[in-house]
Amino acid sequence: MPGEFEEYGGRHVPEALEEPLAQLADAFDEIVPTDEFQTEFQYYLKHFGGRPTPVFYAETLSEIYGADIYFKHEDLLHGGAHKLNNTLGQALLAKRAGKDRLIAETGAGQHGTATAMVGALLDLPVKVYMGEEDIKRQEMNVFRMRLMGAEVEPVTRGNAKLAEAVDAALEDFAQNMEDTHYLVGSAVGPDPFPRMVREFQSVIGREAREQIQELHGELPDACVACVGGGSNAIGLFHAFKDDDVMLYGAEPGGTGDSHSAPLSKSKQEEPEVFQGMLTKVIDEDTENHSVSAGLDYPAVGPEHAALQSLGRAEYHAISDEEALAAFKELSQAEGIIPALEPSHAIALAKKLAQEDKHDTLLVNLCGRGDKDMQTAAEHFDLS
Amino acid sequence: MADSGQAAETRRSDGAAANSEIAAAFDDGPAFIPYLAVGDPSYEASKAYVEALARGGADVIELGLPFSEPIAEGPTIQGAIVRALEGGMTPELFFEFVEDVDVDVPLVCMTYYNLIYQYSPPGSDERGPEQFVARAAEAGISGLVVPDLPAEEADPLRAACDEHGLDLVFIVAPTTEGERLQSMMERVSGYVYVQARLGTTGAKSDVSDQTDRSLQRLSEWNVPKAVGFGISSGEQAERIVASGADGIIVGSALVDIVADGVDSEWSTAETADKLEAKARELAEGATRGQTEPAPSDE
Ligand SMILES: Cc1ncc(COP(=O)(O)O)c(C=O)c1O
Repeated sequence: MPGEFEEYGGRHVPEALEEPLAQLADAFDEIVPTDEFQTEFQYYLKHFGGRPTPVFYAETLSEIYGADIYFKHEDLLHGGAHKLNNTLGQALLAKRAGKDRLIAETGAGQHGTATAMVGALLDLPVKVYMGEEDIKRQEMNVFRMRLMGAEVEPVTRGNAKLAEAVDAALEDFAQNMEDTHYLVGSAVGPDPFPRMVREFQSVIGREAREQIQELHGELPDACVACVGGGSNAIGLFHAFKDDDVMLYGAEPGGTGDSHSAPLSKSKQEEPEVFQGMLTKVIDEDTENHSVSAGLDYPAVGPEHAALQSLGRAEYHAISDEEALAAFKELSQAEGIIPALEPSHAIALAKKLAQEDKHDTLLVNLCGRGDKDMQTAAEHFDLS
Repeated sequence: MADSGQAAETRRSDGAAANSEIAAAFDDGPAFIPYLAVGDPSYEASKAYVEALARGGADVIELGLPFSEPIAEGPTIQGAIVRALEGGMTPELFFEFVEDVDVDVPLVCMTYYNLIYQYSPPGSDERGPEQFVARAAEAGISGLVVPDLPAEEADPLRAACDEHGLDLVFIVAPTTEGERLQSMMERVSGYVYVQARLGTTGAKSDVSDQTDRSLQRLSEWNVPKAVGFGISSGEQAERIVASGADGIIVGSALVDIVADGVDSEWSTAETADKLEAKARELAEGATRGQTEPAPSDE
């Protein structure tokens, strides 16, 4: 079975989706390692995306937290989040594989925006599925997508959030797989998506590993990243997997009994088959919720479930309140407004520092907070 | 287990059904196989509907066990699943339904692998395919269709089915070839579900010529071939049987009637009558298809 991460992963889809996914896996294996592909990919990452993004030493925050805090500045990537690494990689691959239409799901709208960007850049029509609930709370990104020519299709079924948007996109894909590439936005879904998204996002960790050694003189004690589906986290972790560096994922702990934290808050031990993969999912009676739309997903990428079961990474829940506090703290201490998603990672880094667990922490600042200003304005009474 | 594995070897190589009732359903003439989601829109109504399908001439009935996360189902079947879940359908109630429903044709359970993987009988700590199949067999289910279970991963379920005398049906898509086709051939029993066209489920007025090609690809398989996806009229049923199918599977066109009944607030009896009439049209179409000479290739 392809795409196994320990017992997790796989390709659990109806037979009609097997063939296009097998073809995509073959295209990925054959095309991505070639010099031709890599040259083109690196060219766009640098000149369109602005890579490499810097690593920044957060002096004031380090003082407050009592440990050295370094940020990988993925919020400075074009589009304002790490998402472009993946959308560029997949779109260039799709084009070489002969697809001429892109579809995507989006939660916070960051992935949809990054897909709209590459669609406009590479002249591919884009349709983005987005839950109606998310359209309300991330309106700015809807405008951005439409301005760049993408069609944004509201999804109203169920909770009308990210998981339902994935369902709607899968249906479109099943209908139109001959000419359409489903540009999955996180390290989730059936094989080859989890390993493909990791490949395209792993540039984050590769750069950061060099940069922090240059800046700090050695490797950090720990890496910290937020985990929705898990793409920015796996993108950071991958380069450190053989190092003596602890890996921490911050899951959205939500509020009360409502959360989207399958690895840190589920009671159920057994994995489930969900959206084409075998992975950990929140308990059936848990209401799926996070203040950050990008983390508001009831499952997690299969490789994170595997890293947890191997004891290679730890996952901790950060509540809405803790994330909002970190959001404000970083804004005031460093003049950087983070997205609500990495605010979870910052809050976890603070806890780890204050518990004296580690002296040096590298945090993936995977997105900027412009999209969250409405939520912030309401929460902090800014008007 | 070793014994049933041995039996499975023999069965697989000659393609015969594990379940004699399903085999018998294909014995005299083409089989008409309707699908409904159990519990759509309520337990009692769907019982009346399934019984109406049997009166209308069903030879096998596929009963959908609703799962909250069906992957790549079209809006029609999704709607049915949502209504059934909102009506309170659960695996336990589903099995009660199977025990309760008054029909004398074999019943095939169509569901997603997660429910089977997660299934644990009340009061038991054990979970998984063996538990699910044991309970299904006890309730009177004759076979299973699990759309998101790849054949290469089906061995535990196949073994459980062998032990309890259930058939395991696989879906062959227009794109299924090579190793995956081979894996299915080695593990299928009862009938093979030939998906007439790509895309999600949903009633369509055209019958794809992909069907002919798929039937040709399967021509050396010993197992009966039932064609489904998009069949909605007796005339289509006739054409598909005439081009070589051993049976037809109809889901969305029937679920559409249930949905219309919900929207227009028909009585249960009224909806059941319409389902029975549609079933009769489809069953008769299939029968005509067998007696008409097959259309020539020209
Ligand atoms: C800024 C940002 N960070 C994180 C995520 C979560 O995704 P992942 O866990 O795949 O990195 C999102 C998703 O929209 C996002 O916009």
